[in-house]
Amino acid sequence: MATAILIIAGIGMVAAVALAVADRYLSVKEDPRIGMVTAELPGANCGGCGFAGCDGYARALVAGTAPNGACAAGGDAVAKAVAKILGVEAAATERRVALVRCCGTRSEAIRVGDYNGICDCNVAAMTAGGDKGCTYGCLGYGACANVCPKGAISVHDGLAKVDKRLCIGCGKCVRACPKHIIELVPASATIHVLCANPDKGPSVRKVCGVGCMGCHLCEKNSGGKEAGHFTFQGFLAKVNYDNPPTDGAIVAKCPAKCMVEDSHFESGH
Amino acid sequence: MSYYLVILVGAVLVNNFVLSRFLGCCPFLGVSKKTETALGMSGAVVFVMTMAAAVTWCLDHWLLRPNDLGYIHTLAFILVIAALVQFIDIAMKRFAPPLHAALGIFLPLITTNCAVLGAAEINCKQGTGFFESVFFSFAAALGFGFALVVFSGMREKLAHANPPRCFRGIAVALVTGGLLSLAFMGFSGLVKLPY
Repeated sequence: MATAILIIAGIGMVAAVALAVADRYLSVKEDPRIGMVTAELPGANCGGCGFAGCDGYARALVAGTAPNGACAAGGDAVAKAVAKILGVEAAATERRVALVRCCGTRSEAIRVGDYNGICDCNVAAMTAGGDKGCTYGCLGYGACANVCPKGAISVHDGLAKVDKRLCIGCGKCVRACPKHIIELVPASATIHVLCANPDKGPSVRKVCGVGCMGCHLCEKNSGGKEAGHFTFQGFLAKVNYDNPPTDGAIVAKCPAKCMVEDSHFESGH
Repeated sequence: MSYYLVILVGAVLVNNFVLSRFLGCCPFLGVSKKTETALGMSGAVVFVMTMAAAVTWCLDHWLLRPNDLGYIHTLAFILVIAALVQFIDIAMKRFAPPLHAALGIFLPLITTNCAVLGAAEINCKQGTGFFESVFFSFAAALGFGFALVVFSGMREKLAHANPPRCFRGIAVALVTGGLLSLAFMGFSGLVKLPY
C-alpha cells in the first residue's frame, strides 16, 4: 500500500517537474501584441476577413501580412484600436452591409416549376437552375440565411432580406448565394436597385413584374450621365456606390418599381 | 512479419476500436462532421496512442510489475498519459510548429481518451512485448482513424439528406454509426487473432 502511494506520488511529482521545466524552457514566446489585438477584435469568428477566426487575423496583423481594416464587423473603431496597438495608420473603412439584389416576391416573379426538394438554394439551383422564371432572381430557399452568423437574413414571401441593423458585413452570404446576387454595399447608401437581370425589357417583364428594364430614367432623373450615380450593365441599372444618388424622389419615378429607398433593409419580419 | 500483418488486420478491421470494441465513441461522433477535421483528429490519435503505448509499457514492466502493483495501473496510466500529452503539446509547439498547427487543437481533446487508455489496458492485460504493444496501439489508432474518416464521408453526404425531423442531426448519425458497426461485423473471423 505504501509503495503504491509512493509510486503514484512519485510519478505525479516527476510529471509535474517535467511539465514545469518544459513550460519554463521550451514554451514559445508569443508576441504580446497578438493577445492585445485579439482582445480588440469582435471575437465573432465570422471569417469575413478571410482568416480562420479572429485569432488568425490578429496573428496575420501582427506579422504584417494582413491589411488593417479587413474586419468589416468591427469597422472603424476596431481598425483604429488595432492601429494604436501596432503603431500604424488606420485605413478608413466604411461599414458595409449585404444587399440582396432582387425584389421578385412570389406575387411578382413567376415560378416556372414546382420545386419540392431539399430546402437549399444551392441544391435548387442545381435542379435546372431553380424554379424561378427569372434565372437571375433570388430563389428564396435561404442558403444565405443559413450561413449568416448574426441571423440578419430572413426569407419572406420567397425572397431573402437583410436586416441592416444586424448585418456585420462578413460576406458569408455573398459566397453562399448560387445566383451571386448578394453584394456588400456601404451602409450609408440609401437608394438601391433591387434587380440583377441584365436582359432586355420585354424578356424581363415576361418573368417578373418588378424587374429592371434598363430605361435609364433613374439616370436622367438624377442629373444625367455626367452625374454618374448609375452604371449600366446590359439592360440593368446599378447604383454607383462610390457616388450614390441621394435624392429619394427618383425612387417613385422608377417605372419598373425595382428601386427602393432603404426600406428593404429594415425588414422587421 | 505475417504476425504483425495479422495484428494490423485484426486491429483495423476485425476488432476495430470504435466499431467493435466501442472505444472512443466521443470523438467518433464529435469530430466526424467534416473529413478534414476527421483526418486531423486521426493523425493526432495515431500519434498519441503510439507514444502512450511505448510509455505505459515501460511503466508497467519496469515500475509496476516488479513492485507487484498491477492493480494501480489504470491510475498510473492516466497520470502518465495526461502528462505526456501536455509535454508533447509544449515540445511540438517549440520544435515542430507546422505539426502543432495541424494536430495542436486535437491533442488536449484526447488526453485520456478511452481509446488511448483502452489500448494501454489491452497491452497490459495481454502482456505482449514492447514492439508488439507499440505496433498494436499504432494499428488500433489506424483503425480508429479509418472508421472516423469513413464515417465523416457518410455524414457529409447525410448533411444533404432530408430525414424526418425527429431523426435530424445526431440521431441519424447514431443510426448510421450502428449500421457501419454492423457492416464491420462482417470482418469477424477474417484472421485468427492473437488478441
